[in-house]
Amino acid sequence: MSDFPTSAKVVVIGAGIVGNCLVGHLARLGWTDIVLIEKGPLPNPGGSTGHASNFIFPVDHNKEMALLGVQSANQYRDMNLSVDSGGIEVARTQERMNELDRRMTSAMAWGVPAEMLTPAEVKELVPFINDEVILGGFHCPTVSVVDSLETGTVMRKEAQDKAGLQVFANTEVLDLITEDDPVPGMSQIKAVVTDKGTIEAEYVAIACGVWSNRIANMADTYIPLVPAVHQMADVGPMDVLVETNNEIGYPIVRDMDTFCYERQSAGSMEVGSYGHRAILHHPDEIPSNEEAALSPTEMPFTQDDFDPQMETAIELMDMLGDAEIKYAINGLLSLTPDAMPCLGELPDVRNLWSAAAVWVKEGPGMAQVVAEWMTYGYPRVIDPHASDISRFYPDELSDEHIWARADEHFIKTYGIVHPSEQWESRRGLKESSLKAITDAAGAEYFTARVWERPHWYTSNADLVERYGLSEREVEWDNRWWSPIIDAEHLNLRENAGMVDLTAFQIFDLEGPGAVAFAEYLSVNKVDKAVGTSTYTPWLTPDGGFHSDLTMLRLGEEHIRVVTGAFDGGRDEAWIKKYMPTDGSVTFTNHTEDYVTIGLWGPNAPAILAQLTDADLSHEGSPYGSVRSVTVAGVDVDIFRISYVGDTGWEIYIPWNDAPAVWEAIASAGADHGLRPCGAGVYAVGGRIEKGYRLMGAELESEYNPVEAGLARPKVKAADFIGKQAYLAAREAGPDAVMCTFAVEDHTDSAGRQRFIQAGNAPILTNDGERITDSHGRVSVVTTAGNAPSYGKYLCLGYLPTDQAEIGNTFKVMYMNELFPVTVVATTGSAFDPDDSRLKG
Amino acid sequence: MSLLVVLEHDRGKWVEANDEALTAARKLASDMGVELHAALVGVGARDLVSQAATGGAAVVHLCEHEVLTDYGPDAVGETVAQLVASINPSAITAVGTSRGNEVLAQLAARADLPFVANCMTVAPSDGPWSMTRVQWGGSLLEDATLDAPTKVLSFGHHSVVAEVADAPGAGEVREFAPALDPAMAATIVRDRDVQTAGVTLSTAPVVISGGRGVGSAEGFDQLEELAELLGGRVGCSRAVTNLGWRNHTDQVGQTGTRIAPEIYIATGISGAIQHWVGAMASKRILAINTDAEANMVTKADYAVIADLHKVVPAITAEIRRRQG
Amino acid sequence: MNILVCVKRVPAPGAKINVTEDGLSVDSAHLGFTTSPHEECALEEAVQISERDGGEVTVLTLGPVEAEEQLRYGASVGAHHIILVPTDGSAWDPQRTAAALTTAIEQAEQANGQPFDLILFGNESADSGGFQVGVRVALKLGRPSVNAIKGIDPGDGSVIARREIDGGFEVYEVPTPAVLGIKEGINLPRYPTMKGRLASKKATLETAEIAAEPGGQALIRLHRPPEQASTTEILGTDETAAVRIVDILEEIGVLA
Repeated sequence: MSDFPTSAKVVVIGAGIVGNCLVGHLARLGWTDIVLIEKGPLPNPGGSTGHASNFIFPVDHNKEMALLGVQSANQYRDMNLSVDSGGIEVARTQERMNELDRRMTSAMAWGVPAEMLTPAEVKELVPFINDEVILGGFHCPTVSVVDSLETGTVMRKEAQDKAGLQVFANTEVLDLITEDDPVPGMSQIKAVVTDKGTIEAEYVAIACGVWSNRIANMADTYIPLVPAVHQMADVGPMDVLVETNNEIGYPIVRDMDTFCYERQSAGSMEVGSYGHRAILHHPDEIPSNEEAALSPTEMPFTQDDFDPQMETAIELMDMLGDAEIKYAINGLLSLTPDAMPCLGELPDVRNLWSAAAVWVKEGPGMAQVVAEWMTYGYPRVIDPHASDISRFYPDELSDEHIWARADEHFIKTYGIVHPSEQWESRRGLKESSLKAITDAAGAEYFTARVWERPHWYTSNADLVERYGLSEREVEWDNRWWSPIIDAEHLNLRENAGMVDLTAFQIFDLEGPGAVAFAEYLSVNKVDKAVGTSTYTPWLTPDGGFHSDLTMLRLGEEHIRVVTGAFDGGRDEAWIKKYMPTDGSVTFTNHTEDYVTIGLWGPNAPAILAQLTDADLSHEGSPYGSVRSVTVAGVDVDIFRISYVGDTGWEIYIPWNDAPAVWEAIASAGADHGLRPCGAGVYAVGGRIEKGYRLMGAELESEYNPVEAGLARPKVKAADFIGKQAYLAAREAGPDAVMCTFAVEDHTDSAGRQRFIQAGNAPILTNDGERITDSHGRVSVVTTAGNAPSYGKYLCLGYLPTDQAEIGNTFKVMYMNELFPVTVVATTGSAFDPDDSRLKG
Repeated sequence: MSLLVVLEHDRGKWVEANDEALTAARKLASDMGVELHAALVGVGARDLVSQAATGGAAVVHLCEHEVLTDYGPDAVGETVAQLVASINPSAITAVGTSRGNEVLAQLAARADLPFVANCMTVAPSDGPWSMTRVQWGGSLLEDATLDAPTKVLSFGHHSVVAEVADAPGAGEVREFAPALDPAMAATIVRDRDVQTAGVTLSTAPVVISGGRGVGSAEGFDQLEELAELLGGRVGCSRAVTNLGWRNHTDQVGQTGTRIAPEIYIATGISGAIQHWVGAMASKRILAINTDAEANMVTKADYAVIADLHKVVPAITAEIRRRQG
Repeated sequence: MNILVCVKRVPAPGAKINVTEDGLSVDSAHLGFTTSPHEECALEEAVQISERDGGEVTVLTLGPVEAEEQLRYGASVGAHHIILVPTDGSAWDPQRTAAALTTAIEQAEQANGQPFDLILFGNESADSGGFQVGVRVALKLGRPSVNAIKGIDPGDGSVIARREIDGGFEVYEVPTPAVLGIKEGINLPRYPTMKGRLASKKATLETAEIAAEPGGQALIRLHRPPEQASTTEILGTDETAAVRIVDILEEIGVLA
């Protein structure tokens, strides 16, 4: 055993699947001087990896999870530590059959082979299944079973051979030492204190699974995850399984409607459940290796919770009933408030990294993500924005929040979750000062992370009739949607709409270095006259999108950053990561100091004119300009901009004055047909017919501004993050182009009108073939929604450049059926392509 | 006033545990300030009186009866109970072997006295006594009190290191003839079986297991050869069963067989928890593994950090060499 | 042959057992509970006998109300009847336990109209290890008893019981009704099946409230023995370690 080191370039804490793969990937990327510390013994330290069921279903509706699952499965395959067992998700209900059609759609999107099976076909593959209780199955032949412990050993070995990795098992981390950072509110990691000595480290990564937050707390920071129980019972032996003479000889069966799986493990069957109550533990309740009867994360089985699962499991496979329950655990795994992992640099501790809340099925891929992030400043394999630990707001970083959300979503592990599904717990964390008013208007609120946003207003129900709109035919398409959204949209285009934009995240950069720093973050030129604005991408060092937002030049040394509520945390962290440390720039979060009201529509100028003496003409308040004016007696900033395609303003109002201003605008608009208008219009309907891109949907780090159609004619002289890559991208030209598609026919094979939902719907050739560009990026629908003014239902999505021509026809798969679409716009807008309405 | 220690014998053969019993009893009698008496029950014990005296017994009660042809819990228990009633000692003790605890339990039940088993230390006093005894097989200690007119307690087997007495006791022999109901013969040993050949995995004195590190089904031949030399059995880890190298009946672990051999030799086994649970009752564990950080190595009593394919044949060769 | 098995609910700890702050019990906050291992084997033996020769198996426990879990476990592996003698949750001393059990057994036998042919105890409980409750109950009931049994062969009016000694077994022929203390290793207890578990939920739980006076042994405090650093002795890093290994095999007497 080597002597315990006193310093290292990077210390990785935790030798589960994630920590082991992280050191392996760091070594592959050329890192050296790496130390891996593990509290438990090797190769099984006693964390969740040691009791994982070790199978990978590579189909997920979520792009990050799906692609990293495939990526991980491939890494296991490359190490020869995986067997393709195949897997079948069976349906007991029609609703689940519909969900399996949706799985087929995701499988097509992410390029995973899959087929639907009849009950008889399921029984051919799994002869011991009771085909009378199922309606069908979704078969995925590349479902694999992996050896996660051996993978860890192999990855460690690779890092030892390539990079001289030093491994210290049975070594407990006692503290993380940090030092104040010049940026207020930030610190930086300095050293790891263990029971064997202290290691000074430039980088530290926490890959401690269910214990991750306990370690993070040592650096006064927070990784929001909670250890939760997944029950598993090993029953056997059973002759039919023993006779395979194999670790796994039959496909894994996921009995989705009962939240159970049956996975052969040699002569036995592992029956796992996600159907019980959420059983959550505090990390301090997890016993040590010495105290645990089995291992720390294999907690005592609470049989009562499992009993209902046994009944349904026997229903599906009668032979399970007569086999002995040889081993049963309450196995711990990690849950987060939003069911996504926690990856990336801790936003308040420089060089302290999180690789947590990752399961075996995505471990190697996510370790690669973190290793690339540490190496290149942002991952290359995929855009991990939904897993980025800096996505969380302070309100999400509490045990109360995590426990409530984990309690709510545990049962959804095998659930049928609508893409727009809203949380029930922990609502109202952040509300506008307009809340009483929007409540009175019958707002239906959706959340943008912690922020409550009116999505539509039931008080506008009368408009539905006026515009002759109706509900959608199929409940799934209608769920979390209302024809009121389209009615509000049409009214805005006809008259005017007023939007509560309180959830906008408002950050001010001030000081002598503010403008130069803002310039460094932005692709487009920020250093313009006071009172102007810049709509701009922020790029990753590799030239992909990190952010897409607006910056206002409020003063000589004052830049205001306005970004969306889904990205506030990530953007704030990005600012603080790159901020000058010489004190020349200060950062202030003004989100809760201002309420933003959007006022748009042909009547907007007439309405606002009643409340202010300011010159609202295109000379006095030109597009993109910011003016400090008085509206209804309140000092506000009016910003002439539009994300909906009609003229108007975002009005920035001091928090407590906002209700009065709202009421004044409402009164002034009463005779102009003004109605409140929800985020349903602002975030989807209004922007989609204008082709406005959204960060996280159209804009991801895998794409660059040239491809997204956001490249300006010229490149500014000043340096900015990602500039070299951006210049190269301009030189190379786009490999794919963002297009707008119109759905030509909504009729499905049952004669019903269906409405495509975005996220996992692939854009296919007319022959139903997947489309990928030369970088292997697949064409999927990034946003879909009705465009009532345009008169069609539209989709946004990338196409390989040579196919991106107006008039080209394609098919979009939705719920495993194909719907014809036509390209109606490439870089521009389908509706009002000349932007004449903005000039109105 | 006296302390009575109940000694064991096996059809006249002195039992090693008696040396522990006498060592503990001498100390206790001295702490109590009383004379040490010993009881020898059953035929064939007469020749053992001198050994009891050497161990410090001032008086040896030889208890004989025609029913007492061999050990029997009811008959021996009743005999001791009658002896106690007759000589009225302040306390009765024994060493906590299988028989020792059984006889004291019999005595306590018959005399309606409390009985504290498996003490480590005992502090006599005029009132209730204090003692520290074993719980959870030694994983925990219990401080307890014993409140009774006559104290009955055993010392944990192997909790006392046997020592030679500073001076022998007088060894005065007193014959005691209990009155025993012939029906008590019902629980006298009738017969004895010698351990038969053909040990099983769960009863083998030596188990040699192989894990993934053995490399192949054929790789187990080396283990079989050594096991045969040692009269042991070959086991394996779950990984090996999964790979189809060995039958499930050979699997040691939570979901296989739980073993408790004199020594467990784990070769090429990393020591997954499920495996450990099956093996942890082994009296000694020797791990042979190339990975010094393996679970099995850190939990073992002995370890060799080397390739099992070299070490195992070397052990076999060394045994053959010594056996000539 | 009708058999009663008396079992005890005990925590299922790891290698290190923590004690509650008051020192009166094992800190079981994060531990599961199980049936004391000797008794688990006793139950298995009883079930095997009943499966082979007929008769019914009753499981009885004295313990907290939560001990119903161990009774249901008994039912799930084949017991026909389950009886709980509830305590206040505190640890009862051996005399008190034996007195209450005796009363409970007498009541059950009265209800059955006949004595149990065999009453099986574990040789000692996994936790307190008092080595006496079965013997005390046997004497109160006036029945013969033998401990440390690792083999049972039921006969007519008696059972052959085998007790392990060095190098072999003592053989007893005990007239029934009788009491035996069973040792682990007599068999390999089965695990419940899913169907067994589900059926056990329907078993009728009989409860016998019985008061009993404390005896003369009192628990003052539990504590952990002084830490013994677990040290692995490294015998070598190549095959030359074989010499040391064979020395050890000789020392411990496994090398003839």
